[in-house]
Amino acid sequence: MDITFLLQLIINGLVVGSIYALVATGFVIIYKATSALNLAQGEFLMVGAYICLNLLSKYNLPFWQAILITFLFSAVLGMAIERLILRPLIGSHLISVIMVTLGLSSILKALIQLAYGTDTIPFPEVFPSAPVQIGPIPVSQGYLYAIGCVSILVVILTSFFKYSKIGVAMRATASNQQVALSMGISVKKMFAISWAIAAIVSSVGGVLLGTIRGGIDMSLSFMGLKVLPVVILGGLDSILGAIVGGIIIGVLENLSGGFIDPLVGGGAKEVAPYIALILILMFKPYGLFGKKKIERV
Amino acid sequence: MRCGDFKTSYASDMTIFESGFARVMLGLFLCLLFSLPLYVPGYLLDIVNRIGIAIIGAIGLNILTGFTGQISLGNAAFMAIGAFSCGYLGTKFGLPFYLCIPLAGLITAFFGMFVGIPSLRIKGLYLAMATLAAHFIVEFLIVKWESVTGGVAGLSIPAPKLGSFVIDTDKSIFFLIFIVAIIAVLFAKNLFRTKVGKAFVAIRDQAVSAEVMGVNLLKYKLLSFGISSFYVGVAGALMAYQAKIISPETFPITIAIDYLGMIIIGGLGSILGSIYGAIFITLLPELLRMGTSALSGSFPDLINKLAAMKELVFGLLVIIFLIFEPNGMASRWHSIKNYWKLYPFSH
Repeated sequence: MDITFLLQLIINGLVVGSIYALVATGFVIIYKATSALNLAQGEFLMVGAYICLNLLSKYNLPFWQAILITFLFSAVLGMAIERLILRPLIGSHLISVIMVTLGLSSILKALIQLAYGTDTIPFPEVFPSAPVQIGPIPVSQGYLYAIGCVSILVVILTSFFKYSKIGVAMRATASNQQVALSMGISVKKMFAISWAIAAIVSSVGGVLLGTIRGGIDMSLSFMGLKVLPVVILGGLDSILGAIVGGIIIGVLENLSGGFIDPLVGGGAKEVAPYIALILILMFKPYGLFGKKKIERV
Repeated sequence: MRCGDFKTSYASDMTIFESGFARVMLGLFLCLLFSLPLYVPGYLLDIVNRIGIAIIGAIGLNILTGFTGQISLGNAAFMAIGAFSCGYLGTKFGLPFYLCIPLAGLITAFFGMFVGIPSLRIKGLYLAMATLAAHFIVEFLIVKWESVTGGVAGLSIPAPKLGSFVIDTDKSIFFLIFIVAIIAVLFAKNLFRTKVGKAFVAIRDQAVSAEVMGVNLLKYKLLSFGISSFYVGVAGALMAYQAKIISPETFPITIAIDYLGMIIIGGLGSILGSIYGAIFITLLPELLRMGTSALSGSFPDLINKLAAMKELVFGLLVIIFLIFEPNGMASRWHSIKNYWKLYPFSH
């Protein structure tokens, strides 16, 4: 077996996986805080990418300004969605929450399609693309920047949840809403903040994907569905799990793309995460790091 | 004048038709329905046919999701299984359509029960994800298993024949679809008057209590998956006959979402609601098309954005219904009817 080919696949997997990890983190933050399953996470990513693209190519803003405005927009979008759509449904049946996010995803997709059409739009080059040699294999610099960004973001998020007042309040809300309320924490505010953070984190994923691929189109929204195997593998309520799961699924996807696709003629890359999902649900339904909810009758 | 529900026996509570009047109205409606092909032009009849198929599929999904409380995002895949097995049986073995359709239903039911096996261990959102994964895996298998499904190129379905009569026009297939649809509605309506149907509802309302009351969870959940998939498979088979050519792209994940939308907008846990929802969601793109072609004089590029418009309106409707009328059109219709029944003494 060709060792450089394997390494190349693993590095691609790490990059894609780190973006999965980001989106999955957003998903987990929402699930932990509000126990809502956000199937529109991929659309957050797509909207973020399109907004940033618009700012970069239409208004010619420097990258750091564009990304800050994208963050702001995503935060407002997340909070607005929480306030207008999710809050009236608190306490309703699970299918309502699942369906409302599916409805949301078709609205966001439709709006993007109305505004930008379905063609792939080239994404301006943010990071230098000249490859650097790491050992025997050439790696695109964009990949390294992407991994770097994700790592920085993970560190920021972890310290936010560990040390900042809002972060601690959010963890308190996640572990017990009533106690959090009686301690003077505004649970509503925490819900809004979790949606805002989830939207921001996803938009980072979108921008990174845009720069790596060199162009964005509607297919970015499929990331939202790709993330489900990740969160199931990592455990629905564990941020660490989302990160580890994202990287594992990303690598798994690329390995099956590299080794199984030639045997079956394509398609294995897309389906491998879902086969993994089924297997995990059968053998370890709460994932690697998820909290086990034991129900006995 | 009636001013309330005065039911004195269990039988009268369980009755399908509350009065002779309802029976007569239903008879009239059926006469009207089956005379539709006489005066409705081809294109509109095609829409009516799609409504008929959607009704069967939506009832199937409602049996599982609305009545038994098991969320399934895999019904597009089940529909595909129904369509392809119907096509395979028809082309490879030359079976007549009246065998193909029920057999396709049975094959789908078998697959549905297989997917349903984990439903005892995993529930709620885990089940939703498992069925979503099942969708992608089935899609992959359909593309790859070329000897049976024709792969990406698809499968062309031989027209159903009854003796020497070929059912290949919109008119003739209308009768096929709606006869099946009426049987489907009647069966579903009666299902929830039996022990099995009541067990489904008990599982939805409180699975633990249901088990304590002697409902075997695994058996009834699997049964629910089976019956539901049978319906969806039959709908898929009819869709194959109507479309004449099917390929893996005929059954994207959006179909599953559309069907969930149907039962949400129509009414979860209501047969009538499934029918309303199926009619509404199938008509939605057509109504939008009419609206946009009327406006296309002033906005010429509107017609190109039809698909996005449909998505937008669909999403908005689902959200609005979930927030303001979570029980769907069926319950809204019920409350309007009650209001007029007691008018002007409604309180």
